[in-house]
Amino acid sequence: MLRLQKVCKTFNKNTVNEKKALIDLSLHLKPGDFVTVIGGNGAGKSTLLNLIAGVYPCDGGSIWLDGNDITRLPEYKRAQYLGRVFQDPMRGTAGDMNIEENLAMAYRRGKPRTLRWGVTKEERALYREKLSVLGLGLEDRMTSKVGLLSGGQRQALTLLMATLQKPKVLLLDEHTAALDPKTAETVLTQTDLIIRREHLTAMMVTHNMSHALQFGNRLIMMHNGQILFDIGGEEKKKLSVEDLLARFRDVQGTTLDNDRMLLS
Amino acid sequence: MFLAFTGTVHSAIAQGVIWSIMTLGVYITFRILDFADLTVDSSFTTGAAVSAMLVAHGGWNPFLALFGALAAGMVCGFITGFLNTKMKIPGILAGILTMTALYSINIRIMGDSSMVPLNGVDTADVLVREVIPGISAANCQLLIGGVVTAIVIAFLYWFFGTELGCAIRATGNNPYMVRSLGVHTDNTTMVALVLSNGLVALSGGIFAQMQGSASVDMGTGTIVIGLASVIIGEVVLGRHVGFLPRLLCMVLGSVIYRIVIAVVLFLGLKSTDMKLITAIIVAIALFLPTGKRKVQAWNDRRKAMRQPVLVPDRAVEDSIDGSDKDPDEANQKE
Ligand SMILES: Nc1ncnc2c1ncn2[C@@H]1O[C@H](COP(=O)(O)OP(=O)(O)OP(=O)(O)O)[C@@H](O)[C@H]1O
Ligand SMILES: [Mg+2]
Repeated sequence: MLRLQKVCKTFNKNTVNEKKALIDLSLHLKPGDFVTVIGGNGAGKSTLLNLIAGVYPCDGGSIWLDGNDITRLPEYKRAQYLGRVFQDPMRGTAGDMNIEENLAMAYRRGKPRTLRWGVTKEERALYREKLSVLGLGLEDRMTSKVGLLSGGQRQALTLLMATLQKPKVLLLDEHTAALDPKTAETVLTQTDLIIRREHLTAMMVTHNMSHALQFGNRLIMMHNGQILFDIGGEEKKKLSVEDLLARFRDVQGTTLDNDRMLLS
Repeated sequence: MFLAFTGTVHSAIAQGVIWSIMTLGVYITFRILDFADLTVDSSFTTGAAVSAMLVAHGGWNPFLALFGALAAGMVCGFITGFLNTKMKIPGILAGILTMTALYSINIRIMGDSSMVPLNGVDTADVLVREVIPGISAANCQLLIGGVVTAIVIAFLYWFFGTELGCAIRATGNNPYMVRSLGVHTDNTTMVALVLSNGLVALSGGIFAQMQGSASVDMGTGTIVIGLASVIIGEVVLGRHVGFLPRLLCMVLGSVIYRIVIAVVLFLGLKSTDMKLITAIIVAIALFLPTGKRKVQAWNDRRKAMRQPVLVPDRAVEDSIDGSDKDPDEANQKE
């Protein structure tokens, strides 16, 4: 499905601020894989997701999706294959536009924008139905500006938008980090539900160890731009938060307090 | 005296309507695309020059010549778009570069002169007067400007409801999101700049025919006049209205701007003072949202200080009040 071969990324190359964010990283996702990604600050998790999405080019290596080399494809062209939800709730939606216009743009992901109407009547019915599944009452506010929604509502909407056109891979970068614990739980449950229902392949970055264990069928831990370990199936189910913390301590010494990890 | 004044206002309204096409163009870049495009200072002149030359020396029908002006403006917008998106030159600078380059080009267009007179040439208003004899100059301008403006507004209303139009609106709002939804923001930026400068040049083209000449410096200050009109229009009707009323506000803003100028001139200020007054209007208007927030914060603080500490009921009520205001304010900042 998605295959990364020895990708690397160095920021500010040949300057004093040179930072190797990813070092010869290889990864292979099978269809239906739901991978949770953990790792300390600066481990390279966001960089990994951004490279997959084409936000910036790889310095080396290649990225393959369904047998096609997408390494050189610009971000807007890759978008047809990828659904994304960002950490910042402001990032995934257009605040000055209303809910149905946002959904309509997501509905056209990967399609050329023509001079046909931006939102059609038939679509509205579809959006209403999809929104009602979220259970946030947004289906009755379809013409409200998205800027009036709370962060949690915006993230739930972005999640819906990312999956409105079934993506080949869904990329979630700490998409619940900016939400209060209860809302975060709701959005996570929705995420899991959608991924299962639509049989999506997904990568979810999180700083919450128990979420990383609770969700997905595979877990990878990153450190200094590399994958430290990659655990799937039964082995992952047996893993406990204590095990993970122990692995963290192994690689980072005892600098855990510097981390944003939630030990709940 | 009074008659002279109403006459001045009458022609100010007619001028405002013609310039409102330019304001709509500025609205597209400044408000929808969130791009302060200085190209307009020159593309207005380009439109005027092309329209004047086509009528005076090309023998074109004056209405067809307006399409020529529109097309020329679109090319100007394309150049700024190219500089900005493909050559990665910051927006303001890209606009300044095109504006500067166009100064030379405009003189070339006008046959190596800084002025094209249209005396005795069949311009659009001459043709209209032949059809409707006895129509006053101001009414004739009003008619031509009004018809073109109506067409432009209908077009914009339709266009920004299409898939492409929505993508352009979203580009000004959140380009990250737009790219993540598979739209090339370079293209949407380009289309918006092309459309905007096309309208600005169209406005210049009409204006040249109405005033009977095109000159190389007639567009100087267009951006500031456009911004002033956009802001006045928004102040009049508020920003939280539908798209169509908002477009109509732009016309209203241009007309009010022209009336204000006419009144100020009538009161005895020199026409060369206008640029200063316009700049002051824009500076104040741009400060308004910030100023409002500051005043509100100051009021809130004062209210909080006055609040009796020992009355819990009042405190609860007030805090509910406060939390109601917050999301709205956050939204306005965006
Ligand atoms: N655009 C950029 N320019 C320069 N350096 C960058 C850039 N983006 C990331 N980096 C650096 O690359 C390294 C990896 O960053 P990345 O954002 O991928 O970390 P992360 O694992 O997502 O961390 P966090 O948990 O804090 O989100 C960091 O050292 C960071 O400073
Ligand atoms: Mg990150």
